[in-house]
Amino acid sequence: MRKLLAICAAIFCIAAASDPAERLPDPAQEARARAIFAEVRCLVCQNESIDDSSAELAGDLRRLVRDQIQAGRSDDQVRSYLTDRYGEFVLLKPTFSWGNGVLWAAPFIVVILGVLLLLRNLHTPRPYAELSEEEAARLASLADKEQT
Amino acid sequence: MIAETGAFALILALVLSLAQVVLSVVGRWRRSSVLAGAGGGAGLAAFACVAVAFAALMHAFVTSDFSLANVAANSHTEKPMLYKVAGTWGSHEGSMLLWCLALTGFGAAVAGFKRGLPPGLKTVTVATQGALGTVFLAYTVFASNPFQRLVQIPIEGRSLNPLLQDPALAFHPPFLYAGYVGMSVVFSLAVAALVEGRADAAWARWVRPWTLMAWSLLTVGITLGAFWAYYELGWGGWWFWDPVENASFMPWLIATALLHSAIVTEKRGALAGWTVFLALGAFTFSMLGAFLVRSGVLTSVHAFAVDPTRGVLLLMILGVTAGAGFALFAWRAPALSPGGVFAPVSRESALVLNNILLAAATVTVLLGTLYPLIREAATGEAISVGPPFFNLTFTPLMAALLILLPAGPLLAWKRADALGVAQRLWVAALLSVGCGLLALAVVSPRKALASAGLAMGAWLIIGALVELAERTRAFRGSGAETWRRLTGLPRGAWGMTFAHLGLGVFVLGACFETSWKAEAAETLALGQTLNVGAYELTLDRIQGVDGPNYDAERATIIARKDGAVACTARPERRFYPTGGQTTSEVAICSKGASHLYVVLGERRPGEVWLVRAYWNPWALLIFLGPAIMALGGLISLSDRRLRLAVGRRALPA
Repeated sequence: MRKLLAICAAIFCIAAASDPAERLPDPAQEARARAIFAEVRCLVCQNESIDDSSAELAGDLRRLVRDQIQAGRSDDQVRSYLTDRYGEFVLLKPTFSWGNGVLWAAPFIVVILGVLLLLRNLHTPRPYAELSEEEAARLASLADKEQT
Repeated sequence: MIAETGAFALILALVLSLAQVVLSVVGRWRRSSVLAGAGGGAGLAAFACVAVAFAALMHAFVTSDFSLANVAANSHTEKPMLYKVAGTWGSHEGSMLLWCLALTGFGAAVAGFKRGLPPGLKTVTVATQGALGTVFLAYTVFASNPFQRLVQIPIEGRSLNPLLQDPALAFHPPFLYAGYVGMSVVFSLAVAALVEGRADAAWARWVRPWTLMAWSLLTVGITLGAFWAYYELGWGGWWFWDPVENASFMPWLIATALLHSAIVTEKRGALAGWTVFLALGAFTFSMLGAFLVRSGVLTSVHAFAVDPTRGVLLLMILGVTAGAGFALFAWRAPALSPGGVFAPVSRESALVLNNILLAAATVTVLLGTLYPLIREAATGEAISVGPPFFNLTFTPLMAALLILLPAGPLLAWKRADALGVAQRLWVAALLSVGCGLLALAVVSPRKALASAGLAMGAWLIIGALVELAERTRAFRGSGAETWRRLTGLPRGAWGMTFAHLGLGVFVLGACFETSWKAEAAETLALGQTLNVGAYELTLDRIQGVDGPNYDAERATIIARKDGAVACTARPERRFYPTGGQTTSEVAICSKGASHLYVVLGERRPGEVWLVRAYWNPWALLIFLGPAIMALGGLISLSDRRLRLAVGRRALPA
């Protein structure tokens, strides 16, 4: 428990990426680096991006990404550099691959299924419910009145 | 002694809950109102017993009775009183006790209401509530008893995580739990509807107040949590799509869908099966949340009291209760009446679309939360699903929902006039597009998507006002008539207006804050400055402060705008010696709805301090919006049609 709390405390000293000691001199490159940080997972942390985490490993990953960007790599190159080293786990945004097909498609499948069900429901003619005895009697009496 | 009383009361409550089930079931079987009444009585007594147990645990926390393992692990003599009290529900065991308190409390409330529900429906509801109570009380007594004594009594406790020592978080769990567990009544009512074979308008009218109450409490609970994250974590984030946040968000989404589908069932007798399904689903997702938080199957910053054995037990509870509920549904639902027919353009269709989109959103959140587990179990490959995924899937679904929303309340039941609705809404559409274009032109840097988001927020707000104007015939009838109609509006209508308005306010705040926040961080020596947004911040002074259970460094930072002092921020960096943790206490200067957010970081060599500042425009609206929504829920709840369920309409709705 105590260890867990210590980890939490380390995580919560946060938004480490804005530290002036780490920053790149070129603001455009720095902005690109920050955009990538938000999509990269701090591997030892609990569900935190390296943009937020102050864990040591997150710092190393930030340095890595900044170095790559300074070396003139494109965003995609930096991402594939990271996945080559750490696997897909490092990206907070799952790739558009067959393995993740269900994940990406599910929301839209649900919408399509729902709309299809709604349309079917709209086009199914529904038999009128049988009248209860009470209702039948009432109808009969009303019809009688009408006739007289 | 008091602790033993508590432990005894807890076991007694378990036995009473069991009696509640047996008496109610037999009472229903034999058509005996005496036995059914006795079942209700057992429910009331069970609640009283859990209340005694809860009070006993609270007493142990207040008096720092470290002979209890739970108190020793989570409290400390120097902790401020509020957090000693809040410590009662700050741990796994204590929060399960709170869960049981709410569960038996709602059971007692159902049993105690004299009027309204038909006897058969009521007896089965009480029995189901008792069964849920039995399961969770048994879990608490046998697997997570908060009254476990220690053989060696420690002199001092281990204290509560300092991050959790915060007023918003002290009240966050009770609201959240009341919301989660409030769904249990809806679950029980659904089971009763299936057993009795009647899910009609009267039943839907009984479901709505309970759903509204649980939904409102859940809204408050989630908002308090987000607000806590906003000012306590030190960088102004308020939603992280963390598994535990998702766990609380899924029941909320389902409850929102249920609120809307129950309207269709109540007014038109349609969608009965779907409404029952959602009613079962809401509490299932609540239990799923409880399991996810406590089992440690998912890594989360919120994970507390991670214990695999308990996780397995909770998973079994979830499987058995939800499984039983849905099996009953599969068996009995086909017998439910299909209800009235409606045209493609009608209020019914609009509410069905609302439900489709909310269901898709829930599936998205569910898959986003569980997919990494599924994928790893299936293929062994580990992946992460983070905020970028939800931005690409959840946000478009919500956007579709928000675009359709203002049209919904203007559509007539059964068959509506699309052209007429368009005529009433075109001014609103024009105005909100205008707002978006204005934002695009005025706010720098230019952001098209964020401006579209603002337009959507304006669309919701103006749309809600148009609907109000329609109901009161403003601009068309005489002023006196409008006033008469305005004062005569049912509370339920006001509730809806507030809820939709609140959503619009939230959308405005969320889009503005997320897209146009400004951030700055520098290491400053005394007297040096930092610029963020339109403000110039000067580090004026650093002083030491002695807190009740911490030592702190407090900075005095003066913010100036155009040379004039705008505010003085006093952020702190606190050290808690008990746990050896450091936390930062943020200083927030409110400027209208916007926040200047200042954080003091660590001291660096050469007498300099890391200072971080954020300009969070319209941040207040993010929390104000849900507050208005919850208020709408409460106003709606006070509608006498729902409160008494007398089946009489004060006004044609």
